[in-house]
Amino acid sequence: MKVLVPVKRVIDYNVKVRVKADGSGVDLANVKMSMNPFDEIAVEEAIRLKEAGKAEEVIVVSIGVKQAQETLRTGLAMGADRAILVTAADDVHEDIEPLAVAKLLAAIVKEEEPGLVICGKQAIDNDLNATGQMLAALTGYAQATNANSLEVDGDAATVAREVDGGLQTIKVKLPAIVTTDLRLNEPRYASLPNIMKAKKKPLDEKTPADYGVDVAPRLEIVKTAEPAERAAGIMVGSVDELVENSRKGAI
Amino acid sequence: MTVLAVGATAKDAADEAATIEGVSKVLVAEDALYGHRLAEPTAALIVSLAGDYSHIVAPATTDAKNILPRVAALLDVMVLTDVTSVVDADTFERPVYAGNAMQTVKSKDEKKVITFRTSTFDAAATGGSAAVEDIAAAEDPALSEWVEDKVAESDRPELTSAKIVVSGGRGVGSEEDFVIIEKLADKLGAAVGASRAAVDSGFAPNDWQVGQTGKVVAPDLYVACGISGAIQHLAGMKDSKIIVAINKDEEAPIFQVADFGLVADLFEAVPALTEKV
Repeated sequence: MKVLVPVKRVIDYNVKVRVKADGSGVDLANVKMSMNPFDEIAVEEAIRLKEAGKAEEVIVVSIGVKQAQETLRTGLAMGADRAILVTAADDVHEDIEPLAVAKLLAAIVKEEEPGLVICGKQAIDNDLNATGQMLAALTGYAQATNANSLEVDGDAATVAREVDGGLQTIKVKLPAIVTTDLRLNEPRYASLPNIMKAKKKPLDEKTPADYGVDVAPRLEIVKTAEPAERAAGIMVGSVDELVENSRKGAI
Repeated sequence: MTVLAVGATAKDAADEAATIEGVSKVLVAEDALYGHRLAEPTAALIVSLAGDYSHIVAPATTDAKNILPRVAALLDVMVLTDVTSVVDADTFERPVYAGNAMQTVKSKDEKKVITFRTSTFDAAATGGSAAVEDIAAAEDPALSEWVEDKVAESDRPELTSAKIVVSGGRGVGSEEDFVIIEKLADKLGAAVGASRAAVDSGFAPNDWQVGQTGKVVAPDLYVACGISGAIQHLAGMKDSKIIVAINKDEEAPIFQVADFGLVADLFEAVPALTEKV
């Protein structure tokens, strides 16, 4: 079985997000970019399946700007076997929408026929939480989102999903689309020898035209603004004072 | 506006929905197929009913966030998730970058598929009496099956709709000590929340996590105990009406969003507070 893992290049988790003064978006020029943390968990899970003998090959794919190559190299250094880069944007500020990404991935799924696609549940930039579900719709496959655990057994996978109120376990027919939640695993760091080796692993370069997919956005971003700030409160000196003050509110 | 009630048992919910003001019709799809809210059959049903509706919307629960993007892709439209405000029929506001930016987006799609963050909207009034109509189940894609639910049984209010939430963070130190947070919550009739750090450390279960990657809450009162206030946590609670923070570190970022802050050892302050409220 092949496992396909879509990965996205996003602003690094630790970087302070700055909204551009003209309201046109978030400033991504000269900002540290990394693999979307949920996608790292997806890559890790795929590699573990390979190590457990349940998968033969792990393919990482990224759709975005040319620089997403670096993100793919990170996936290869972690242990993926080969990579596909679909260059769909020239400017780092141009975000390819989940629907277009899912269409491209559906075309790649058709070519590669993976038994499992493992995606991050959401990207930490647009926070849409949609690509996995949309890919499942377009391929007609089962979906298991927000995975907390994943077990592959024959032609099915059992997935415990993080849902409101607890966990829901479902069994999906393979091929299927699984999206990762935070606690599925802890991704490994790539070792230096593996980073060197990753440079020699195959990386295919494609464009949306190769797959006949139109990536024109359906959503127009009218404005990006700083979130409303809360007015500074007061510091109190004791529990009594806290109770007294809070009582005016809600306690 | 038509409401769709789907489930193995959905009639009671449908009857209740029929009393909401502004609802003109309620459709009930009661079938064992929908008993566990599996995405594939539920999405297939919604798509089969999509017809002339301009907007297909649901609350931003884990169920709807599982189902609606699938619906959107089947209709060849984009989905808008976690919408916090409506500008006009095509234009909406939603948080991005873990709540560090607010984006206004205009949809060019003919149909809008949206999940709404319920914490930023008031509930609609009741007093209506819409017609309730049974509908047949749609096809079963037979791609997935339910195995089991592990849902914590609790008498406490549900986290995302509770009027008061008491949360504990890394500062609580252990699962055993989380009891002091729970005691304060129970005294206040509150739900219990936790920071990601507390959940990752095993002090509290996953479904208590408040934050960008957990639950988004906006209660009347939010009490943060031993929570430093990482931006991801703030994204999940900063719309609370009143925020109270107790932390021994006076530099903790939580104090920048708190209406009332107390620099104190939570092991003394929280039991004392429980005593006094």
